[in-house]
Amino acid sequence: MSDPLYREIILDHWKNPHNYGELEKADIDIADVNLLCGDDVRLMMRLDNDTIKQITFTGRGCAISQACSSILTDLVTGKQIKDIKHISPEDFLEELGMELTPARTKCALLSFSTLQKGLQSKLQQ
Amino acid sequence: MFKSDFPIFKNQPNLVYLDSAATSQKPQVVIDAVTSFYTQTNANVHRGIYDLSQQATDAYEGARGKVARLIGAKSEEIVFTANASAGINYIAYGWARKYLQKDDVIVLSEMEHHSNIVPWIRLKDELGVQLVFLPITKDFRLDYRSLISSLRGQAQRETKQSHNTYGLPRFARNDAVLDPRKIKLVALTQVSNVLGTINPIAEIISSYKAAGIEAKFLVDGAQSVPHLAIDVQQLDADFLVFSSHKMLGPSGVGVLWGKKKLLAEMDPFLVGSHMIKTVSKNTAMWQDAPQKFETGTGALEGVVGLGAAIDYLQSAGMEKIAVAEKEVTKYALERLSAIYGLRLFGPNEARDRLSVFSFAIGDIHPHDTAEILNRSHIAIRSGHHCAQLLMKCLGVTGTARASFYLYNTKEDVDTLVEGIDEVKKVFTV
Repeated sequence: MSDPLYREIILDHWKNPHNYGELEKADIDIADVNLLCGDDVRLMMRLDNDTIKQITFTGRGCAISQACSSILTDLVTGKQIKDIKHISPEDFLEELGMELTPARTKCALLSFSTLQKGLQSKLQQ
Repeated sequence: MFKSDFPIFKNQPNLVYLDSAATSQKPQVVIDAVTSFYTQTNANVHRGIYDLSQQATDAYEGARGKVARLIGAKSEEIVFTANASAGINYIAYGWARKYLQKDDVIVLSEMEHHSNIVPWIRLKDELGVQLVFLPITKDFRLDYRSLISSLRGQAQRETKQSHNTYGLPRFARNDAVLDPRKIKLVALTQVSNVLGTINPIAEIISSYKAAGIEAKFLVDGAQSVPHLAIDVQQLDADFLVFSSHKMLGPSGVGVLWGKKKLLAEMDPFLVGSHMIKTVSKNTAMWQDAPQKFETGTGALEGVVGLGAAIDYLQSAGMEKIAVAEKEVTKYALERLSAIYGLRLFGPNEARDRLSVFSFAIGDIHPHDTAEILNRSHIAIRSGHHCAQLLMKCLGVTGTARASFYLYNTKEDVDTLVEGIDEVKKVFTV
């Protein structure tokens, strides 16, 4: 069945999320919540110089937020922070390739915006 | 039976609107009343010698009279507000803040809407009043009797353990029993916007009074007044709030009913024009209620529209509407309970519950449920429904919610059930 939003790949990420779980000795540990509906996400990262060596996530949320968190962790593993900071929300959404309404866009971007917040505050330290 | 009176269903024939707990659709007569006000009767009220102003005033005050008759009250006890939430704020500011003091107790419940929680939290922060939350039974009913058994002076039991059935530590910080004289306000919803549970307000008020509680009773009627015949004398309540937009009327209009004596004692929340008798450089004297609480120009056409909505409801007959809705409720419960994997948050019998159904399908998030139902043009709400305390109680962050009103039919139930089937299909990987 080909569903424009709930594509098999999305459902797969939802059912079997990549990089799900807590990370010990994280260099960055940041959480956020989508107040409208109660999706929440927590991102944990270990850095190697300015590269994200490992990133995991936990959280409760809709299939979109969960799947996008999973996809995000795949996307940024091994990348340099300065490169990640240049990814715009539009870039990320394009990468996802989903047809999203404004309401669900918030769900999709929750982990992305949380990541950017976490990297921002790390850089300010 | 009623659907054809609502033009939106002609314009959107595929729409299956199951979100009336959020806001109701409008019948043609209400739309006509608002338009007619603009085209024939529009002027500001209570001033103006000219004919048009008098006609506008008659229409506005006429609506006030209709509201009063709907709930068994007097016109001078009806205050027009922006909505139910505003009404509760008026009471919190104008009455509670004036008469309550530190360590007085306000009784609420875990099924309250944020509008009947947040003003009291603010009062707690300002005055140091204590908030007590009546718990919910596992049948999703209000456990109001537990308050009575925790009162000092009730038949004593052997050990403190016997008081703990419903989580006694909830009731007071240090005391194992509550002094009934300290309870100054009991503020409860008559119908839960999440569970659909009808709380037996008259019974609660009479049993609390019999137990020596001398509090004032505030009833949140936002979900009940649109669906049930309400008589404030029969309830023996002190305050009632409800909203026009949930009962087929325009948005931006709400009603606060209060006993005449209480409205006389209350301070106004907003002050300014329309609500004064005289103004000088040093003083301002308020009008009497209800004008005392109606500052500035009200929602003129909105109030007139509410009047038309009440006419419509009363010509249909509140009892008839309740009977028709009960049929749909029974049918919906029958069909929903047959769905494998569907979890219903609310009583599973039609007794003492309205047609509000909060549910979850397996571990599918309510957002995703709502998204997929939307493809079949089924409108439901998903989220915490302004009841985060209740969500915590239920152990979820949110639910899907389908709520019905007089324009919904058994066919709408069938469509919902088919839609839920679709949701399950999408998520079966």
